[in-house]
Amino acid sequence: MRLDRVKDAVVGQIRIIARHKFGIFGAGIIVFFGLVSLFAPWIAPYDVWETINTAQGKPAILKPPSLEFPMGTTMMGRDILSQMIYATRTTFLIGLVAGLISIVIGANIGLLSGYYGGKLDEAMMRFTDIIYGMPFLPFLIVLIALFGRSIWFVILAICCLVWRTSARVIRAQTLSIRQRQFIQSAKARGCSDLRIIYGHILPNIMPLLLLYTAFNIAWSVLAEAGASFLGFSDPNNLSWGGMLYELWISGKIRTAWWWFAWPSICIVLLVSSLVFISRAYEEVANPRLKQR
Amino acid sequence: MDILEVEGLRKYFYLDPGFLAKLVTRKKPSVIKAVDGVTFSIRAGEILGIAGESGCGKSTTCTMITKLLDPTAGVIKYKGRDITTLNKQEVREYRKQVQIVFQDPYESLNPRFTVFDQVAEPLRALGVGDKVEVRERTLDTLELAGLVPEEYKDRYPHQMSGGERQRVGIASALVLSPELVIADEPVSMLDVSIRAGILDLIRDLSKRLHFTCIFVSHDLSILSNISERLMIMYLGKVVELGMIREVIANPLHPYAQALISAVPIPDPSYKRPRPNIKGEVSQPIDPPPGCRFHTRCPQGTMEKCELEDPPFKEIQPGHFAACHLY
Amino acid sequence: MLLEIRDLRTHYQIEKGTVKAVDGVSFSIGEDEVFGLAGESGCGKSTLIRTIMRLIPDSARVTADRLSFRSQDLLSLSDKEYREKILWKEISLVPQSAMASLNPVHRVGDQIVEAILAHSRMGRREAAQRARHLFEVVGLQAGLTKSYPHEFSGGMRQRAMIAMSLALDPSLIIMDEPTTGLDVLVQERILRKLAEIRQQVKKKKAILLITHDISVIAEMSDRIGIMYAGRLMESAPALDVFNEPYHPYTLGLKNAFPSIKAMDKELISIPGSPPNLIDDLPGCVFSARCPFAIPECDVRRPEFKEIKPKHFAACIRTDHVQEFRKLAGEKETWISSRSKG
Repeated sequence: MRLDRVKDAVVGQIRIIARHKFGIFGAGIIVFFGLVSLFAPWIAPYDVWETINTAQGKPAILKPPSLEFPMGTTMMGRDILSQMIYATRTTFLIGLVAGLISIVIGANIGLLSGYYGGKLDEAMMRFTDIIYGMPFLPFLIVLIALFGRSIWFVILAICCLVWRTSARVIRAQTLSIRQRQFIQSAKARGCSDLRIIYGHILPNIMPLLLLYTAFNIAWSVLAEAGASFLGFSDPNNLSWGGMLYELWISGKIRTAWWWFAWPSICIVLLVSSLVFISRAYEEVANPRLKQR
Repeated sequence: MDILEVEGLRKYFYLDPGFLAKLVTRKKPSVIKAVDGVTFSIRAGEILGIAGESGCGKSTTCTMITKLLDPTAGVIKYKGRDITTLNKQEVREYRKQVQIVFQDPYESLNPRFTVFDQVAEPLRALGVGDKVEVRERTLDTLELAGLVPEEYKDRYPHQMSGGERQRVGIASALVLSPELVIADEPVSMLDVSIRAGILDLIRDLSKRLHFTCIFVSHDLSILSNISERLMIMYLGKVVELGMIREVIANPLHPYAQALISAVPIPDPSYKRPRPNIKGEVSQPIDPPPGCRFHTRCPQGTMEKCELEDPPFKEIQPGHFAACHLY
Repeated sequence: MLLEIRDLRTHYQIEKGTVKAVDGVSFSIGEDEVFGLAGESGCGKSTLIRTIMRLIPDSARVTADRLSFRSQDLLSLSDKEYREKILWKEISLVPQSAMASLNPVHRVGDQIVEAILAHSRMGRREAAQRARHLFEVVGLQAGLTKSYPHEFSGGMRQRAMIAMSLALDPSLIIMDEPTTGLDVLVQERILRKLAEIRQQVKKKKAILLITHDISVIAEMSDRIGIMYAGRLMESAPALDVFNEPYHPYTLGLKNAFPSIKAMDKELISIPGSPPNLIDDLPGCVFSARCPFAIPECDVRRPEFKEIKPKHFAACIRTDHVQEFRKLAGEKETWISSRSKG
């Protein structure tokens, strides 16, 4: 029964996004990238690290976009289009997984902290403050250096940081909802604390929760891009940021505009579409929230 | 049989003036004596009205009876058992028997719950019955509360009027078949023309479902229509208690006299006596010794009034008051 | 006649349609009269006040056969003229919920002084003196003008608002739910103070009292108007409304409020809820909930006409009123009414 209610809330919110032009655009981009990630092995013409030779038999080094290589090639003669397709998968995966895990962490900390108050709240919020004080990218790099550079460790490192904003925001909303009479009523009717937190308060913070899910995914994508641009990424799994890293160390950043353009545009596109969705959400949802 | 006995109930809130203030002024923490020695009992099946102005402690008393707040001192005995000493499991059982209806129909329902979920929730939370039973009981209770189940069960609060929402609130309190129901200003926020319906509902159901009711209100006119006995509170203390007709016809305590004569009457030709009371109602913060009302009493004060707290005793059969005049 | 209103209508245009918040209200208030306007939530009384006080948004359309103050047509005045000549000087307002109307960061006395300065040519000193005087008139110590709103109790704030409304000696004071939310004893003192003030001040003051509390209206008013869904259902001298009501809604209301002087009275609810003000309601607005409605009531809008001298009602079946008065006292009449509970 409770799952039903949560599902209804989520479906309701999706319908809200669908009404807004930006929301549809944003959602479309994300779905597009998602499909690309899913079908990567079938779409990509070449392998990620495959050096392709031209008709003349020489490696196709730094070729600008052409019919043969729609996105051009790298310094090592690799097809950028194929790299982009596989990198989409990596970036998308990291962003989604890290984003989702971090919102789960942040939401729970916010809910528990806001509901129970007292020493638990104090402790959790001081911890959150400390994490808040950390400069994001430097600390992320330290974590990755500590844990290791494989894809799962990168996700873990990102999760350690991104949850902080959502925790604070959700705690604030929990605090205000906790005072409302229907929560008192639930207590009087015999609901346990956990039942109240997850069954009564959670459905009411759904709008905010979904908003911050979108933000968390966006921040995770940016985090990954930043870290991998500086070389801290999984060498076996290329990401958009990783591609930019390759470009950087090749020294050809000023000449190979195509190598620079595609990863950058896609990072901007993905993050923007997540922001569009949340904007659409806010603009359409807020007047409805005022409805009595 | 007395279903509820309250003895010497107290709730004090301490206001900490702050570290610096304490250092500089050596001020002791202030005390709000919201409830200060309340003693009364309720007979099974009766409707007891509790009247009083803001700050008198009536809502705080109810909050303690429903165990949403712990008392500072005193005893609350439900069916002879002291509820302040219950363990977790016993509290769950207690909740099945003692329930509360809240004042604000716009705030007491969860905006994300359908009517069905709202009313079924107490059953689910306390693990009463299986799925089929829950459904049956929920729909039956909705019907009892005057809401056609098929029409209302899937509605959300924002789709209903104040009166309808209050009926849902009542249903969610009654679905557990409690034996004691506290109604905290249940009609104060509803339109006049629909109050009667809710009052009737409560009166009706208390007879049909055999539950005892504590009806809290600041409006004596409403209480005069629904309650059998009346208890008047002032600044954390009970000042008068008796059969409602008796108390309204012959109030003993000067505060009760003033309160009753201040009630406006819906009859332009009626000239009511004007109460002669001075000062404003204060907060029960750091109250001085003696009778709480002596600073405003129109009867003038004797020395006793300033020093001693008047005892709450039976002045006439079944009619109690706390005043040194008697 | 001080204030004359005939067929006043205030309509708001919104996405879904036109909200007819006020749709045909006619009454007048004399120089020294207290007119009590009774109505439940959503009946349009707030909009009515705001229309008279020119506090409605520009998007609202106001029409009236007559809306005049001392024979001067209010609708033809520009906003500037209204502000300079009428607002606060001739007509003032004690708004609902005094706390919300007082700025929490300014002293109460200063707020009254500002109001005086904004609407008159008084100097600051003079205005401050007047503020102190007004406080004493309403029963507050003059020194309290230096306090902040949060230092006042609910009753004291309400008295401060009354003081502000008296600042420029208006002829008409509109009071919007003046005692709602206040304790009974506080309410009693404020009402009593109001009666005192009216007797003591030189210039006669009329009051338009708006509330859902029938008891307060009964005690204070000379004449009473009953409003429902944007229209006036009945208006007559206070005693007549209670002793000889004509409109079924009034009959219903009479049974709905309890009284400590009539503890045995059986209270009867009016089932159903007020109609949506956006919908087109060609007939009588009350017909859906009226136990005495006939098919004609749904299509023909009843005229608000004078049935007896000074007694008006909007009902086409007033000739059956004797019968209705008897039936209205019985619960079954209302239960079997056309709408659901």
